Amino acid sequence: MAAAAAIDVQGLCHWYGTGTMRRQVLQGVNLRVAAGEVVLLTGPSGCGKTTLLTLVGALRQVQEGSVRVLGQDLQGAGRRERQQLRRSIGMIFQGHNLLRCLTAEQNVQMGSDLLPGLSYRARRDQAREWLRAVGLGDQLNKLPHDLSGGQKQRVAIARALAARPRLLLADEPTAALDSKTGREVVELLQRLAREQGCAVLMVTHDPRILDIADRLVRMEDGQLSEAEPMGLVTSG
Amino acid sequence: MIQEPLRAQPLGVQRCLVGLWQRRGIPLSLLLLTRQPVRLAVALAGISFAGILMFMQLGFRDGLFDASVTIHRLFDADLVLISPRSTSSVSMAGFPKRRLVQAMAAPEVEGITPVHWNLLLWRNPETRGTRSILTLGFEPNDPLFTDPSLAPKARLLTQKGRVLFDEQSRPEFGPVASWFKAGRTVESEIAGKRVRVAGLVGLGTSFGADGNLLTSSETFLELVPNTPPGSIEVGLIRLKPGSDPAAVAKRLQAQLPSDVTVLTKQGFIDFEQNYWRTSTSIGFIFTLGAAMGFVVGCVIVYQVLYSDVSDHLPEYATLMAMGYNLISLLGVVAREGLLLAAFGYLPAYAAGQGLYLLVRSATQLPVFMDTTRAVTVFTMIVVMCMASAGLAMRRLADADPAEIF
Repeated sequence: MAAAAAIDVQGLCHWYGTGTMRRQVLQGVNLRVAAGEVVLLTGPSGCGKTTLLTLVGALRQVQEGSVRVLGQDLQGAGRRERQQLRRSIGMIFQGHNLLRCLTAEQNVQMGSDLLPGLSYRARRDQAREWLRAVGLGDQLNKLPHDLSGGQKQRVAIARALAARPRLLLADEPTAALDSKTGREVVELLQRLAREQGCAVLMVTHDPRILDIADRLVRMEDGQLSEAEPMGLVTSG
Repeated sequence: MIQEPLRAQPLGVQRCLVGLWQRRGIPLSLLLLTRQPVRLAVALAGISFAGILMFMQLGFRDGLFDASVTIHRLFDADLVLISPRSTSSVSMAGFPKRRLVQAMAAPEVEGITPVHWNLLLWRNPETRGTRSILTLGFEPNDPLFTDPSLAPKARLLTQKGRVLFDEQSRPEFGPVASWFKAGRTVESEIAGKRVRVAGLVGLGTSFGADGNLLTSSETFLELVPNTPPGSIEVGLIRLKPGSDPAAVAKRLQAQLPSDVTVLTKQGFIDFEQNYWRTSTSIGFIFTLGAAMGFVVGCVIVYQVLYSDVSDHLPEYATLMAMGYNLISLLGVVAREGLLLAAFGYLPAYAAGQGLYLLVRSATQLPVFMDTTRAVTVFTMIVVMCMASAGLAMRRLADADPAEIF
């Protein structure tokens, strides 16, 4: 049962700073995301959502509590173990964070290049396949500079999925997009993640996209609570 | 059974190469460089500049050392006697000619040539200005240089007051060669005495002498009347074929009084080069110049790579968040350095060739692109780029994937 969960967080606490500047951002967070589940995380800014995301994403050292991601315990995990684990976690950022000097296709291939034992051609073909899946089959050789915001975020999704992750973490992927494009991008993200059987944990402020979630979680003052989907929509 | 691993090996290597080729990823370093043409141009200009500076400085240094022995190389000799008081071609002291004759007693010795050697003032026949010229005096019937074309011309020196002028002398000595070729009788003064040019020879300038003049011992002694009788500056000794010059030199040195030094021909060349290397600051100055080029190149490459890494820090952090390890990102910077070295070396090499040609035609210095120097400069450029890349890599430690969310 435990192995089936993509994310299993128990009693997670996290502090920033040291001495008198020490400030607790997470206060005993418990969160469980099953494999293939799409969970949206909402809450006011500065409440610790992003911190939780970086801890689950193995980008930060766990201080207190238990974090199991894809069956691996991150408590006390070293730099190398976390880096290895990150290969199985796709990440989508507020900004697209594409490599400016690479074309759309090359950016996506940076994701599929992480897959072991595939020839260059196979990885390139996969990159093209993913770009077609996000509807950019005709923009393969464009640099990020020449793509619109929505297109860039689609490339970022394709890149995240190209490494065949079993968990996708997204931090306000629609923040830089207008509402219509944002909706399209998130729907695409949800559909592709479903097809791959990939769990999704997405931080968002955008009330229009809450309905794509299997489950909503709300964070306030470093603590999590399950939220009623409809209640949140009306309050947002 | 024995053949099997032999057969398997090439296949293994091939498979390994194919495997490497299949495993290659996006050439990030190359794209980082080529998609920022201005930055690349700045880096390449800096590296090429450093490379050219190193090529020129090292070329001058080696060229000067080489040029200091232009004449020394020409002598038809296996052993050379000089005075121990001589320090270089520009200050040759005399020693008794008797020593050379004494050396004849050794069974290996086939022939000797006494040579007078001094820097004398030559008057430019056109401008009347004087300039110091290396003058060698010898018996016209004795062999002096290995070049056989000298012998017929040397016979012209049997007449008193005749000289052979080196047509490769610097133009400051006057248009002697062109006048002579045009059929004019060229006369001028050496040390205040009238001489006539009887012919032209091609020897080449050296570091200590801007021009050369050959004459007979008789004429030489008239030009330099205060030469002590029986004193010469250089004694050439030719050995019978098959004898060991080093062994004979050692034995002669032991037999002859200490007022002469016995050198092999190579020893004579080394003696001269050693003077310029150790007793002057030439070597130091030009090596320092090359080092300056190295440092300037380091600074430029470091600046370019450091700002490149800084500009792409969020992107490097993104790659780390995706699961790329720090080593592979350091590899990206290292490959950038290597590519810069390779791309920057080519224009430096080409410009070096061109400038060497220019230097040769302008100064007659024997500066050539030899393999050793080409490899040395390439190594220096690679070290320069890799050291700078290594320093720029420290910036990568600031790429924190946790900060990009």
